[in-house]
Amino acid sequence: MELDAIVIVLGSGVRLAAPLLCACLAGLWSERSGIVDIGLEGKMLAAAFAGAAAASVTGSAIMGLLAGLSASLALGLLHGYAAIDRHGNQIVSGMAINMIAAGLTALVGAAWFGQGGRTPSLEGDARFNPVLFGMDPLTIITILCASLTWLFLYKSRFGLRLRAAGENPAALETAGVSVRRIRYAGVAICGLLCGLGGVYLSVSQAAGFLPQMTAGKGFIALAALVFAKWKPIPALFTCFLFGLLDAVAIRMQGLSVPGLGFVPVQAIQALPYVMTVILLAGFVGRAIPPRASGIPYVKEN
Amino acid sequence: MRAAKLPVWADLTLVPLANVVAAFFVSGLVVLAIGENPFNAMRVLISGSLGSLEGISFTLYYATNFIFTGLSVALAYRAGLFNIGAEGQAYLAGLGAALVCLSLPGLPAIILLPLAIVAAGVFGAIWAMIPGWLQAKRGSHIVITTIMFNWIATSLMAWLLVNSMRAPGSMQPETKSFPPAALMPKFDGILSLFGIAVPSSPLNVSFLLALIAAAFVWLLVWRTRLGYEIRTLGANASAADYAGIGTTRVIVITMGLSGMLAGGLAVNEVLGVQNRLLLEFTSGYGFVGIAVALMGRAHPVGVVLASLLFGMLYQGGAELAFDQPRITRDMIVVIQGLVVLFAGALEGMFRTPIAAVLGLFRRTDEPDSRSA
Repeated sequence: MELDAIVIVLGSGVRLAAPLLCACLAGLWSERSGIVDIGLEGKMLAAAFAGAAAASVTGSAIMGLLAGLSASLALGLLHGYAAIDRHGNQIVSGMAINMIAAGLTALVGAAWFGQGGRTPSLEGDARFNPVLFGMDPLTIITILCASLTWLFLYKSRFGLRLRAAGENPAALETAGVSVRRIRYAGVAICGLLCGLGGVYLSVSQAAGFLPQMTAGKGFIALAALVFAKWKPIPALFTCFLFGLLDAVAIRMQGLSVPGLGFVPVQAIQALPYVMTVILLAGFVGRAIPPRASGIPYVKEN
Repeated sequence: MRAAKLPVWADLTLVPLANVVAAFFVSGLVVLAIGENPFNAMRVLISGSLGSLEGISFTLYYATNFIFTGLSVALAYRAGLFNIGAEGQAYLAGLGAALVCLSLPGLPAIILLPLAIVAAGVFGAIWAMIPGWLQAKRGSHIVITTIMFNWIATSLMAWLLVNSMRAPGSMQPETKSFPPAALMPKFDGILSLFGIAVPSSPLNVSFLLALIAAAFVWLLVWRTRLGYEIRTLGANASAADYAGIGTTRVIVITMGLSGMLAGGLAVNEVLGVQNRLLLEFTSGYGFVGIAVALMGRAHPVGVVLASLLFGMLYQGGAELAFDQPRITRDMIVVIQGLVVLFAGALEGMFRTPIAAVLGLFRRTDEPDSRSA
């Protein structure tokens, strides 16, 4: 590949990585607080729809962002209610949220706009446009989020408590901190970050919503979270790597690589999942989830 | 905050009923919100699925898929394993069936069909046993691994169907048609042999296989040594270990059987209806299995009943989308999600109110505290 081609692929890698990073950091906040979340995909999808719908109705991208964040936050709190207050199965709840979002966005979209589930095309101020080095505000916010996540998770009292809620909630409760509140904060931050990723997809990257437009990005983010061993800085690099793989897959469609021959696009697309399985199995390194994640915390009386 | 203690009969009837009613109540609100009449929608749904012989056949055809995938999820659930991979396992099972049908075209149906079914089962089993083995031996979480395996299956099958298995000269990512001997006998065809005319439908012998599979799962779980080991593992993994149960063996075998059951979806769709392998033939039916297993409380009888309900939803939903175009088929996915939410994640929510109501029979004039 020539130099400018490499620059193009790198650029599109960053753009494809941004929503992954949002969802991955979202999962990180939730799972480090002890709540497993496989509903990242559904929350992103709901935010993508709510964001594009609000942006097209109001003509303002900011309103779209707010609507997207609210939709995703609501689903995040629903997950929190099921997992924290009802001690429900967190996998089941995440699955339910994915299904509800997949169905509801397509159903409501079709009934509301009458375009087969799409929202009208967004133009001008209804969309986030590049402001700095070809990056729009959401990309910049996303990169900021990664550093802020690291800062708050490791350097603040709240971060320490959140990590404790995910590793040893009983000890945290003994120290006089409410595990319930910390975990609710975790799922709320998770909801907001998923919302950011979803709005990015429909209001920044694309000019509107398409049914099922997340197309598994929430699950790649989940894979990235495991691959990054639930740590923020590795999450940044993993998401960039997975975004880059996606960009390469798009670029290589029908191209033959000298020396390698024809590389099937599907092989590159499957690579994040395969790499995660290998890492999770401990063949290369070891990915160990937060110790108390997935286990409902029942306060002793 | 512990869930209230209920009599067994209430636990098996009232609790699931309250959960399903809640799911349908919220679905009704959704229908209302998009500006349609929920009662009218319900009427179309029921008459579309049960109002005619054709409707009933389609309902049973959809139910076949859900019995297989529901049993798959339920069996693994009994062993404490959450198999989210039925979708991918069924997809791979389709590959197994297709390879047999395409490579042995000359065989008579009586040999070819059983071979194809076995191949489907084996392929589904292998795709489930790898995550099982990884969980048992390497400690990787089965939920994450089966999710990953779904996506790997999607890529693998897309690659095979686009590149190596596509019918020559065709632009569609699908194989050529299998020999006619590879088609599962359909009910309309069988009944017409006896002079009984029924409307044409995709309902085929796979439905009977699904019922046999349900009986098999019941026998396995409650009447065999392996079933005892599965239930012990599901109830308390470390106790199972202390009791000398080879947990690795039980996990891998259970996942194998679970994947095999998921393969039934491929038998119904690929061998029963499509007669060729095509892209995304599983169309989310594997995930419906999760809803069905939760609603049926991981019991074969419950799974069959829940499958019939979901069969009605799918068939009735198709009629509904035709009758009232504003309510697209996505409505079914919403209902499905709500069922998973209420019957699964919020399963205990109505226990306390139900216990309170049952307690009322001894006391007087307290108001009904149930909200849904």
